[in-house]
Amino acid sequence: MALVEQGKTVAQPWWFERITAPWWVLAAVLLTMPVWVNDFILFQVMGWTFILGMIALSMMFLAGYGGMVSLIQMSVAAMGGYMVAIFGTSGMGEISMGLSWWLYIPIAIVIAAIFGTIVGALAVRTEGIYTIMITLAIAAAFFYFTRQNYTIFNGYSGFNLVVPPMLFGVDWRQPMPFYYLSLGCAVLCYLAVVYVARAPFGLALQGVRDNPRRMAALGFNVTAHRVAAYTFASVIAAIGGILLVWQNAQIAPGTAGIPAVIDILVIAVVGGISRPIGPFIGALIYVLLRTFSPDVLMAFGLSGERFKLLIGLGFLTVVFFSPDGVLGLWDRWQARRARSRDPLTGGET
Amino acid sequence: MQSFIQRHPAWSLLIALAAAVLLWLIFAPWSAGLEEMLGRKRVFLNAVFGGITLGALYFLVASGFTLIFGLMRNVNLAHGSLYLLGGYLGFEISERTGSWLLAFPVVFIVVGLLGIVLQNQVFRRMEGEELRQTMVTIGLSVVIADLLLWAWGGQSYTIYSPDWLSGPMSLPVISSVNDEGEIRYLRYPAVRMAILFAAIVIGIGMWLVLNKTRLGMLVRAGVDDREMLAASGVRIQYVFLAVFAFGAGLAGIAGIVGGTFQSLSPGEDTRFLLASLVVVIVGGMGSIPGAAIGALIIGLSEQLGLVYAPTYSVVFTFLIMAAVLAFRPQGLLGQG
Repeated sequence: MALVEQGKTVAQPWWFERITAPWWVLAAVLLTMPVWVNDFILFQVMGWTFILGMIALSMMFLAGYGGMVSLIQMSVAAMGGYMVAIFGTSGMGEISMGLSWWLYIPIAIVIAAIFGTIVGALAVRTEGIYTIMITLAIAAAFFYFTRQNYTIFNGYSGFNLVVPPMLFGVDWRQPMPFYYLSLGCAVLCYLAVVYVARAPFGLALQGVRDNPRRMAALGFNVTAHRVAAYTFASVIAAIGGILLVWQNAQIAPGTAGIPAVIDILVIAVVGGISRPIGPFIGALIYVLLRTFSPDVLMAFGLSGERFKLLIGLGFLTVVFFSPDGVLGLWDRWQARRARSRDPLTGGET
Repeated sequence: MQSFIQRHPAWSLLIALAAAVLLWLIFAPWSAGLEEMLGRKRVFLNAVFGGITLGALYFLVASGFTLIFGLMRNVNLAHGSLYLLGGYLGFEISERTGSWLLAFPVVFIVVGLLGIVLQNQVFRRMEGEELRQTMVTIGLSVVIADLLLWAWGGQSYTIYSPDWLSGPMSLPVISSVNDEGEIRYLRYPAVRMAILFAAIVIGIGMWLVLNKTRLGMLVRAGVDDREMLAASGVRIQYVFLAVFAFGAGLAGIAGIVGGTFQSLSPGEDTRFLLASLVVVIVGGMGSIPGAAIGALIIGLSEQLGLVYAPTYSVVFTFLIMAAVLAFRPQGLLGQG
């Protein structure tokens, strides 16, 4: 029962009327992109951006809404990718079971979610920096385990020739279908995160982030909320991992090696972990750097292999000067612009 | 120790029993039946001694890590990079001057100075922001790893130990008894025993400094409550600098040690970072004896696992860590 009855005269705007103009422009650009860019940008740059963005999004969900910086997300994604290779078809006929797509995709997501949940159940016993250490240690253990285990994970070489199924007569690994596939998945994951963040569960999770003791006193099960957040994030990471293995057509222990794990952290932090769009911005910056920095470095007379240095230095700069990432820069710029045109005083405040 | 036995009699008994069985396995000659079950005793002994010396190396890396964490609440994820940097520098020095021993003080000072620069120029600027400090160390580890790759390339290096430490030495441990009743003693690389000895000396030295000197008193007080320590007039920044320099220098020295009895290559930094993470998680954050016990457990499990279940040796390490986290999240010797 509300304290003040709301008048019925205020018409609720349609949901699409609440979407502001920049989003319409972004949607139009993304949807028409295949018309005006080449296949390389479509498949390598944008596809990869969406995939890394999804994996970083799962991390942003945990870090931004749950207050848990988990470095396990890349391993969960790789677990999903491995499961697709194991239950689906790959070049390793002895291990792959060759189930059909409607069976192996759910299996892969469920197994990756279980893996992420178990890790989460361990990790939530700790807080803050301890979580980073423990998830990093487990991610490293996962990497070494997949490298040594030959019966399930096929050790050092991993799986190759893992391709998406031919569905509706479309080869989903062609640039344009894959672009739309990854775009669709990314948008779905993004909307899911936005929705969950406003749903009762997401609000309770943010309450747990801000003050776990008070939430516990209010009767919320703090541990269960945190573990459930890991499960939800694992599903997103698994979808990203499956797309990643399809894009590369192969998966190996290096997919979830320590550098890859740290790259996801870099992406999420550089983009900004305050809003779900941040990881995608970070992923776009990372992919652009990764793709084009060899040319830039070469132009300055350096070896093209030094892109890691560039990425590391960029990450350091961001952490030093704008801890909330590119989104934070944007917010501050917006705030300054709003301040400079203060309607009441007419001048700068 | 006494209070632990009083509080947990059953656990103490179990630990004492396990230790007794291990000691018996090491020192007693094995019967034929036991050899059939567990394989040759020489293999077992080599694994145990390999585990102990590996544990000594892990202790050298992890003790600096845990000391820095305990005092400054700074998870220095660039610790592995300091290890690798120390190893490469040690390689260059021992190659250029031909002196293995000279490398130790030089590397300790150089890497320690780098630690001072890091603490003074980087971490001091964001004091209290633990998460941001950790992120910065991750960024630093990426940058340092790439700079090292740039300078030393992708191949692996081994530091050669001096002549007086090369070759095996006999230990008073029975390796096997042959048919004529002749006793053979275990022969083990001398340099590894020297490293083990040095690690024990360093460990005892650290314990003495921490428990018997004024500096150690300041460090212990800082671990417990650094605000109160700063409020009571201690220039805590100098204590921070000293501890960071010492921890970094120790990691550098460990790099030489690791380069001597294993090898140095890109990727070793993350391996040793992982090892120190697991060691301090198992042993307890900020505790030197905890780091020693954790290092011993992880070293032994890794080597024994490598001999008896090669595929799953990493899993053993992980399982130990998971078990400790599940039953004692603060680590074996950590304080709640």
